[in-house]
Amino acid sequence: MAAPGCATALAAVTRERNYERRPASMDHFRVENLSISFGGLKAVSNVSFSVDRNSIFSIIGPNGSGKTTIFNMISGIYKPDQGRVICDGENMVGLTPDRIARKGIARTFQNIELFSNATVMDNLMLGRHIHMKTGVFTGAFMWGPRSKAAREEVKNREIVERIIDFLDLQSIRDSFVANLPYGKRKLVELGRALAMEPKILLLDEPSAGMNTEEKEDLNIWIKDIQDDYKVTILLIEHDMNMIMGISDRIFAMSQGEKIIEGTPAEVQSHPEVIRAYLGEER
Amino acid sequence: MDMKRDYYEDIRLFKSNVVIFWTVVLLIALFTAPLYIDSYNVYLLNIIMVHVILAVGLNILVGSTGQISLGHAGFFAIGAYGTALLMMKFQIPFVFAILIAAFIAAFFGFILGLPALRLEGPYLAIASLGFGLTIMHIIGGMDVFGGRMGVRAPPLDLGIQQLGLTWILKTDVQKYYLILILTILLVVGARNILKTRVGRSFVAIRDSDIAAEVIGVNLTIYKTLAFAVSAFYAGVAGGLFGFVLGFFDPFTFNLILSIMFLVMVVVGGLGAIQGGIMGAALITYLQYDLFKNIAEVPYLGAFLVAVSKQWFTLVGLENFNAMAIGLIMIGIIIFEPLGMFGVWIRLKKYWMTWPF
Repeated sequence: MAAPGCATALAAVTRERNYERRPASMDHFRVENLSISFGGLKAVSNVSFSVDRNSIFSIIGPNGSGKTTIFNMISGIYKPDQGRVICDGENMVGLTPDRIARKGIARTFQNIELFSNATVMDNLMLGRHIHMKTGVFTGAFMWGPRSKAAREEVKNREIVERIIDFLDLQSIRDSFVANLPYGKRKLVELGRALAMEPKILLLDEPSAGMNTEEKEDLNIWIKDIQDDYKVTILLIEHDMNMIMGISDRIFAMSQGEKIIEGTPAEVQSHPEVIRAYLGEER
Repeated sequence: MDMKRDYYEDIRLFKSNVVIFWTVVLLIALFTAPLYIDSYNVYLLNIIMVHVILAVGLNILVGSTGQISLGHAGFFAIGAYGTALLMMKFQIPFVFAILIAAFIAAFFGFILGLPALRLEGPYLAIASLGFGLTIMHIIGGMDVFGGRMGVRAPPLDLGIQQLGLTWILKTDVQKYYLILILTILLVVGARNILKTRVGRSFVAIRDSDIAAEVIGVNLTIYKTLAFAVSAFYAGVAGGLFGFVLGFFDPFTFNLILSIMFLVMVVVGGLGAIQGGIMGAALITYLQYDLFKNIAEVPYLGAFLVAVSKQWFTLVGLENFNAMAIGLIMIGIIIFEPLGMFGVWIRLKKYWMTWPF
């Protein structure tokens, strides 16, 4: 289970280090007229939405409606045909994925993309990549605990250890990811994204393949992440209980287009959403 | 199991007193070796250590970053020719000459890394193979490099001539100590690189380049960096190799050598420092020493000579050497896909729980 004490301690650390410099503007993260087509097929057309700081914004829709494509455009894996992605006033479109990661956008993948022949610890430490500086020469001359490289390793290791506590991964710290069950891998991927200390966290179906108990834990964790890390969370999810329970706003789409954006209650009762999900009554 | 009190204990060189003890034993053995082995074996050890440097560097590229290279003989050649020529033509002291040559090799590694951004697997193998052959022929075709006649290595002078200091290493034993110290430094350096940020990024690129990008690893920088680091190691190894041989020509650095380097890494164990060391030691030993004296073995020697004369090429008994290496390689790959490193891991586990 999540340990709230640890999470709060971590939050205090991260807040004092990174979060105070943020402006208190309302226009935190915005997507404008995002469109992309693959060989004539319009995968996403003219999608716009705006997300408040530190809120949970969910994207729902049937399979193939373009949810993951939106994430891929935000994180720079696809280049949109038109439109802008604005994070704290900066346009992200056109930047490479690693630049976008440095701007504070972290993500997880629907079909887990972990470094499977590395340990959980190495995977999480890789999440600290953008916050570390050690190069080839500094690294090669890691002689003793006082060397620059060793000190940086230990410092970042402490942050990773707090994430391990938070997500309850202690027992698998040194296991190779390839040997882990699916649910644990999902958590490691979440942990890796958290280790990046992002401003925006994109979670692509985090609960897929989890059992009921794991889903309940995840629910609590996502809430904790929102509260303690002060992260803005964009969530793609199929589990309606989870979506309705934790989302602040929901964006429903079908065939690459927006149906409605609103609070869970508004979206739930919208006739088009019901039709997209359950089919049309004849 | 011992308790850990500090995160540094996970990344430090000696994880326990047992490790320190065996390291000291090994170091004493290595440093006193020339006292009780004959000079041919010292020469063989020199070659082994040079290959260890190269294999450890190649393993960073092939094992850890997942990029293949069939062109490492090219970097090896750049190191050898670069060091020798810088010393002979520009009177640059050895220490600087070998460093400059290694950085030149690293620069060429960076250049070869650029096509690697677009190429994978067999395509990259062909591209790097082309690089290795090109280097060999460019060197062979230019008089500056001694052409096809080859180059005689200058005296290995550790001092700085310009300051009037000379310290010439003449014998194999003297060279042995130089190479040993450099090997230890470079192996520890490689281990440290792999334990820290850059090494982890290499592994990230190997396992999932898309995830690597999304966590902020710049593929262009780190892929070319892996080639450069690997080529740097090959450059240092080449620089030393020139002095071990004393004389070398372009065809010393042929395609077969590149392939043998790759074999060392695969047989030793991909992605592990120990793998590079063990693979280089085994393959070099097999190549140079395995059947060296077999002709003198009663009956068998005569028999093999006869078979060789009857059926094989003029090279003679070396044919059997090549066959034996091939069989051993096949055997290791079939029975221990992790290479000798896999055997090492199992032995370690066995001793940890011994006698249960």
